[in-house]
Amino acid sequence: MSTGSVPKISVRGLEKSFGRKRVLDGVEFDVAAGESLVIIGGSGTGKSVTIKCILGLMRPDAGSIRIDGEETVGLGRAARARLMRKFGMLFQDSALFDSLSVWENVAFGLIQGRGMPRQQAREIALQKLAAVGLGPEVALLSPAELSGGMQKRVALARAIAAEPEILFFDEPTTGLDPIMADVINRLIVDLVQGLGATAVSITHDMVSTRKIADKIAMLHKGRIVWQGPTAEIDRTDNAFVDQFVNGRAEGPIEMEVRAA
Amino acid sequence: MIAFLASVGAAFLAFLAAAGRLAMFAGEALGAGLTPPYYPRLILRQIVYVGYFSLPVVGLTALFTGMVLALQSYTGFARFNAESAVATVVVLSVTRELGPVIAGLMVAGRVGAAMAAEIGTMRVTDQIDALTTLSTDPLRYLVLPRLLAGLVTMPALVLVADIIGVFGGFLVGTYKLNFNPVTYLTQTEQYLETMDVVSGLVKAAVFGFIVALMGCYHGYHSRGGAEGVGQATTHAVVSASILILLTNYFLTQAFFAQ
Repeated sequence: MSTGSVPKISVRGLEKSFGRKRVLDGVEFDVAAGESLVIIGGSGTGKSVTIKCILGLMRPDAGSIRIDGEETVGLGRAARARLMRKFGMLFQDSALFDSLSVWENVAFGLIQGRGMPRQQAREIALQKLAAVGLGPEVALLSPAELSGGMQKRVALARAIAAEPEILFFDEPTTGLDPIMADVINRLIVDLVQGLGATAVSITHDMVSTRKIADKIAMLHKGRIVWQGPTAEIDRTDNAFVDQFVNGRAEGPIEMEVRAA
Repeated sequence: MIAFLASVGAAFLAFLAAAGRLAMFAGEALGAGLTPPYYPRLILRQIVYVGYFSLPVVGLTALFTGMVLALQSYTGFARFNAESAVATVVVLSVTRELGPVIAGLMVAGRVGAAMAAEIGTMRVTDQIDALTTLSTDPLRYLVLPRLLAGLVTMPALVLVADIIGVFGGFLVGTYKLNFNPVTYLTQTEQYLETMDVVSGLVKAAVFGFIVALMGCYHGYHSRGGAEGVGQATTHAVVSASILILLTNYFLTQAFFAQ
């Protein structure tokens, strides 16, 4: 079989419940190699749960997740560890290790995950910091000494340090001012294209979505209610998309008060 | 009546489920240590943290426990002219019971709480998920070094506490109760058996493991932000303290019951 015909990521019938609350209710989408998919949707619609299931941080109740055609649901610990080498992840709040310096954070996956010597990993970490616009002077600082935008850049450098095949971005611009958000969006586009990686992002920031997406999928009540190329988002007559993109209170989407 | 039995049954099932989850957590963490990679630097760091930095608080507690024990036993034994047993009572009480139990409780308050808070904060700020995405097993990286440190460090800590506790009794015995120093030390050594010390050290190892396990388990499963971390810390200290007292009884029975 030609690998060109196999989606990099293929999700089918993904279901996940917490107690009686069904968060994912048959999510289905494909992401081609080198494509950047952005999943949009309101808070509590299951965006984070979707990528946590793909990453293996949560076990879905039902459904299939294939990476390069290989089923990943139910993988054993060793196989999951091997699969993780394909992934890089930017967390919403950066999730930097506060007990380590900036360069140690960036080099963490190389040293602990891949057994690379510290000196070699440090050089790579400095290169990746430079790639996100940070100089060597921040390398020895603690994450707590950095601004939110700089922390996000460090987290981005950490996500790309091992040059993963698939990158995940969880609300990459949340909490940033518009200028820093644009900087992060540009970095994401440049880095993903530079690595030739496949990207899956989740956000409710439409400015960010238009910047970084090749394809957009909208999640509502645990289901994909629309998906298509970025250019189509303004032309679709889908009522959910129309309400979300235009930020209207009236429409088929009713905001839930309680989180999932 | 049926409703009462149902609630008792539900509570019992919940207890069994919690015990099962705890056992699986410990088993998975220890099992992770059977294969590489290993993190000797992290284990060493935890040993220093659990052992060396707990020395002041454990030493001070042991000192005053030994001193009070000498005073109290003298007061009691004087009523039937058995003052000469004070040194023996102090050394047996400290090595068999008070050394390990008090050190265990103090370490639960100092180290168990810190472990739960640190790991709990890592959980609610996604740092544990970040470890996983960086191809690092959090159980191997975070939990195993703490369990091993608790297991191997507490006996050493309790050995020091034993010596300090006996010294506290010696100070009170000789300076306040006017025992002859040589006589006091002779009586301390005379009836002390190897098993008295060894049983205390075995207890210490078990208590150290319990403290680390409770700290790690509650921290690892904390959720809901700062409040969740606070609850995890409280649960870690309370559950470790209760388990220490509970297992102390069964270990004492196993060692000394005829």
